[in-house]
This record gives sequence, C-alpha cells and structure tokens, in this order.
Amino acid sequence: MIPLSWYLVLGALLFAIAVTGIFLNRKNLIVILMAVELMLLAVNTNFVAFAHYWGDPAGQVFVFFILTVAAAESAIGLAILVTLFRNLRSIRVDDLDSLKG
Amino acid sequence: MNTATFSLATVAPAIPEIALLACVSALLLVDLFVPDREKHLSFWLAIASLAGTAVLAGATVGNATAVTFHGMFVSDPMSQVLKVAALGASAVTLVYGRLYLEARSLLRGEFLSLALFATLGMMVMISAHHFLTLYLGLELLALSLYAMVALQRDSARATEAAMKYFVLGALASGMLLYGLSMLYGATGSLDIARVAASLGGAGASQTLAVFGVVFVVAGIAFKLGAVPFHMWIPDVYHGAATPATLFIGAAPKIAAFAFVIRLLAQALGGLDHDWQAMLALLAAASIGLGNLVAIAQTNLKRMLAYSTISHMGFLLMGLAAGTTNGYASAMFYVLTYVLMTLGAFGMILLLSRAGFEAEELEDFRGLNRKSRWYAFVMLVVVFSLAGIPPAVGFLAKLAVLQAAFEAGFGWLVVFAVLMSVVGAFYYLRLVKLMYMDEPAGEITIAPRADARVLLSANALAVLALGIVPAPLMDLCARAITASL
Repeated sequence: MIPLSWYLVLGALLFAIAVTGIFLNRKNLIVILMAVELMLLAVNTNFVAFAHYWGDPAGQVFVFFILTVAAAESAIGLAILVTLFRNLRSIRVDDLDSLKG
Repeated sequence: MNTATFSLATVAPAIPEIALLACVSALLLVDLFVPDREKHLSFWLAIASLAGTAVLAGATVGNATAVTFHGMFVSDPMSQVLKVAALGASAVTLVYGRLYLEARSLLRGEFLSLALFATLGMMVMISAHHFLTLYLGLELLALSLYAMVALQRDSARATEAAMKYFVLGALASGMLLYGLSMLYGATGSLDIARVAASLGGAGASQTLAVFGVVFVVAGIAFKLGAVPFHMWIPDVYHGAATPATLFIGAAPKIAAFAFVIRLLAQALGGLDHDWQAMLALLAAASIGLGNLVAIAQTNLKRMLAYSTISHMGFLLMGLAAGTTNGYASAMFYVLTYVLMTLGAFGMILLLSRAGFEAEELEDFRGLNRKSRWYAFVMLVVVFSLAGIPPAVGFLAKLAVLQAAFEAGFGWLVVFAVLMSVVGAFYYLRLVKLMYMDEPAGEITIAPRADARVLLSANALAVLALGIVPAPLMDLCARAITASL
C-alpha cells in the first residue's frame, strides 16, 4: 500500500517542474504550453490521491472536469500560438517584447 | 443517493443563466445566416439577450437564499445584485465598443458570442456554491477572454497580449486548483458550506489547509492583478483592442469580487487570520506600485492598467478587513469602480476612429476646445478614479479605508492615503492636458448617438452616486449581511 504522502510529494514535484518550466524557459512557447498541462496533471494527482484517502468520489469527478477544461485550454493556447507565429514568424519567448513600459 | 427529484423549483434559481445560455446558442446559429453588412442585427440580438437576462436576474432580487443542484449553485442576495451589475456592464461595454469594432471589421458573431459566454461564466462564478462550479465559471470566463483578445488576428500586438494573458492566466488557474486540492485534502469536501463547517471543526488538518490558502490567495491575486502577480495587466490592457480591454477591465472585476467572497469569506472564513495579513500585504504592494509606475506612462490604456492595479489594491484592503462592513465597502468599491472604468474607456472609444486609436495621453490634448461636454465627462471620471470629491470614487475609497482602520490596519490606511496623493498627479496631468493645452491633432467625436447618451449618463451616474451614495451603500450592506 503506497501512503498518501508519496502521492503528494509526486504532485508537488510535478507542480514545481511545471512552474520552473514556465519561468525559466526563454526559448520555446510550446514548452510553456506543456508546462501548463503538467501543472494541471499535478493537481489531478493530488485530487485522485485525496479522493481515495477520503473514500469520496467527488474528487475524482473533479478530475474529469479538469481534464476536459485542460483540453479546451490547450486548443485555445495552440490557436493563439498559430496566430502569433503568423504575425511574428517566431515562437521564441524572447521575441514577445513589443509591449513594455 | 436518493433518486433525483426534478421540478421547476430546483431549476428556478438558475433561470437567468439558462436563459443566457439559450440566447448565446441561438446567437451562434442566427449569426451564420446574417450577411456581413447586416451584423448590427447580431449586435442588437446580443444586447437584447443581455438586457432580457438582466430583467430575469433583476426579478430575483429580494428573493431568499436558495441552494439548488445538490449544493452546486446558490442564489443569495449578493449574487442577485452582482449578476444584474455584471450583465449591465457587459451590455454597456458592447454599446461603447460597437463603432470601434465595426471600423476594424471585428463586429462579428464571434466577438459577441464570446462576450456573452464570458458573461455566462461570470454569472456561474457569482452563484457558485461548490469548488467545481467556481472553477468551471472561472474557466468559461477566462477562455472566452483569451479568445476575445486574440480575435484581432492580424495585429501582432493583440496576439502577443493574448499569449501573455493565456500563459499567466493558465498559471493562475493552476495555482488556484493546487490550493483547492489541498483544501479538499484537508476537509474531504468540495462544497463551500461543508468546507467551512469542516474547517471550524477539529477533523480538518490545519497545516494542509493553510498551505492551500497560500496557493488560493496567490491564484486570486493573479486573477485580480495584484502586485506581485500583476505582470499581465499592463500588456493585456495595452495590446488588446480597446473594446476587449474594456470588457476585461469592467464586468469580470465584479465576478472576481464574488469569487473572493465565496472562497475566502465563505469557505475559508475560519482561517481569516491567515489570509487577512496576506491580503493586506498584497493591497499595500498594489497601491504603491500601481500609483508610482502609472506616473511614468504616456499611453492612456497602460496608465489605466496601472491605475487598475492600485484600485485592486483598495478592493483587497476592504476584503482584508474581514468584517461585514469591510465586505460591504469592497462591494460598493467594485460596483463604482466598474462604472468609472466604463466611463474612462468609453471616452477612449468615443474619440477613436478607423485607423486612429486615441489611446495616447497626447490624443486628449485640448479636448475642451473641441467639446466642453465630453471634456467634462472625462473630468468627472478622472476625478472619481483619483478619489476627489464630489465624485463617487472619494466615498468608495473612504468607506474601504474606514473598514480597514476599524479592523486594525492603521499602517495600511496611512500608506494608502499617501499613495493616493501621489496617484492624483497622473490623473490631474490628464485634466491639465484636456483643459489648459491647445489641441495637437484633429479630434473627432464618434457620431453614434446611443454611445454618446449612455456615456453622458454614465458620467452623471458617477457624479450622482457621489452626492447621494446612501441607496447603493445600503443595498451592498444588506446584500452582504444577508448572504454571509
């Protein structure tokens, strides 16, 4: 039997990797979209682990909703990425610098 | 689980949401058959949907609190008032933005249905009684807004703003969800009332709950745009088409207020000592940075973005007080703030035309020579944003400051007052440009009568509420008292 804390550590690690991926990555916007997905998966791990711990199915149902929203979210993210590439001919994070002040 | 009983009484509290959803679906279909030259038909359909839903929502005002859909959805006095306000703000945004959108051929079914879906998301958020509905409402709002900013496909600025908004918005949702998962772990429930009851009892793990609160507060700060989570606000306000900026800046703030009340005041009321200090620090940082950086701006949209950050600081200050009085003053603040934002961006939209954005401070130079009345409209709005009496912004700030002082945040009150004095500088600079200087370029006032009448009424409302604030203040106080 794997204890609850192991799942929580896994979730925290995934979450930390995702946040690092968003803030440290300066090269590729697609990596940022992947990091966003990873973050939601970290949350899902937490929810499933807690749902099992409490014996309550509501947490698992929540995970299905998060997965669905994540699919819609990446669809919109990729669509924005395509229009961005059409305008800038680049998906480097450093090239997103026309707005500042 | 007993068999589901389905009757009109169980869906009655959600009738405004159901009506709006039906209207958006109809609009999506009808718009396919509307030729490009006749898009004003779709526009009036959208306005009629919002107005009709507002009437339905208005009819529920005064009803007793009703929880339905197995504890997912609540219609309480606060949500009834906030929904009418959010619907009204969305409709006014569309009227102000119409000419701008037409001139850039953006007035299509897509923009209108995204606006309506976003409004539906706000209504679901406002009425959420469960973490799931809260999250779904938030995402419906956020996803619609990302797409709305990106809708101006040929503009590099708009797509860049959309990308930044998307990444930081997704990060905020992730933080919030991580916090919610911790709260679920601590209490074993996702229902707001049951989370509150469980946190008050002995069964809940306090460490886990406080850990969750930190992430939830960070997520809320991101969504509101409070320092240090404000990076997206200036870029999105600046890069998006002005009607999209106005849409993001107005009605969603009402939903965000409801969101904070549901999460912090209702679900996490038992942990108020933990989040009060965090909100107070966020408020101080936002008021300080927002006012100082706004001074350096030459772009009016960007300046208003930093002013938004400082106004969100004031909102957080009222919420940080953690008292009924504080929540009521924060509600008054958010409602009047939305009115002022509508006025300020409404003026930018009124002066803009095809190929001209009217978004630089310089574009307002000498407005008084061109039109005394619209210079006065801008003057009232700007005075209100700066917090100068008799405009309503002064009373809203005063109420929030009073509530924070009574809750023992004396240092914060002194700091906020000092920073407001600093902030008055950049607002008054705009007044000086309008009244003292000669016009630099050609100024044209948009010829659309409906927007002009509405904008004048908007400015008069800012003035009238500043002179007779009691009815709205009472309404807020009663709604909050009855809902908590």
